Amino acid sequence: MVLSQVKEILNAQVIAGEQFIGCEVCTACGSDLMSDVLAFVKEQGILLTGLVNAQVVRTAEMMDIKVIVFVRGKVPNDEMVRMAIQKEMVLMSTGFPMYIACGKLYNAGLIPGE
Amino acid sequence: MSDVIRLHFDVAGDNLTEAGAAAGSVKKVLHQLGVDPAVIRRVAVAMYEGEINMVIHADGGTADVEITPEYIKVVLTDSGPGIKDIDLAMTAGYSTATKRVREMGFGAGMGLPNMRSYSDEMNITSEVGVGTTVEILIYTGKDRSPVNMAAEA
Repeated sequence: MVLSQVKEILNAQVIAGEQFIGCEVCTACGSDLMSDVLAFVKEQGILLTGLVNAQVVRTAEMMDIKVIVFVRGKVPNDEMVRMAIQKEMVLMSTGFPMYIACGKLYNAGLIPGE
Repeated sequence: MSDVIRLHFDVAGDNLTEAGAAAGSVKKVLHQLGVDPAVIRRVAVAMYEGEINMVIHADGGTADVEITPEYIKVVLTDSGPGIKDIDLAMTAGYSTATKRVREMGFGAGMGLPNMRSYSDEMNITSEVGVGTTVEILIYTGKDRSPVNMAAEA
């Protein structure tokens, strides 16, 4: 699935990495617990989370996850945006809650990354 | 020319936002050296969890990394309170982390178990009131993906 489709499906706002919107992703996972992401995610795709702090970006960096979608209308702070730009990541924000956002992407064919 | 690269990092204890900066730097160096991405991820995650632990529990410490063609060794040293019961600390789900740390997405008792599962060898020495040293060894040529390791753990 191309990231522009993810943006459309989730009616998301792209906060960083707009230039990568044509890139393709194959998997996604949803978690607010970064330790679980570090422990169990094996494919590198999209991370959906309701957590907003710098360690979300760091966790994605360690796991080679290039796209983070913040759910429930959460918006990353300036420091997170700065880090994401430096690490060439895409940050999006969607108004949908975690369950709905994951369901929409799953229905559209994005498989679990764990 | 030596085949060994040594890196040293000071990990600040009062800044959870910066935790992982050293692991990020090592990841970048390993990438530049052309190390297998799966190996890089294992080193990065193990070191990152170690950094988080040092920030959360020990007011920071140091990280020393030795990179050779055969292995990558990470030694994390702190002068924190020490670990009274290492076996208990290694138990998945056991945690003494504060609410603030849990709100950051950590503190679920997965740090040390994660470090172990991503390492080929891990050794912890600790003395209460003195500090803790965690040594992690990851072989560069070993075909052992994180997935397989998680299954073995």
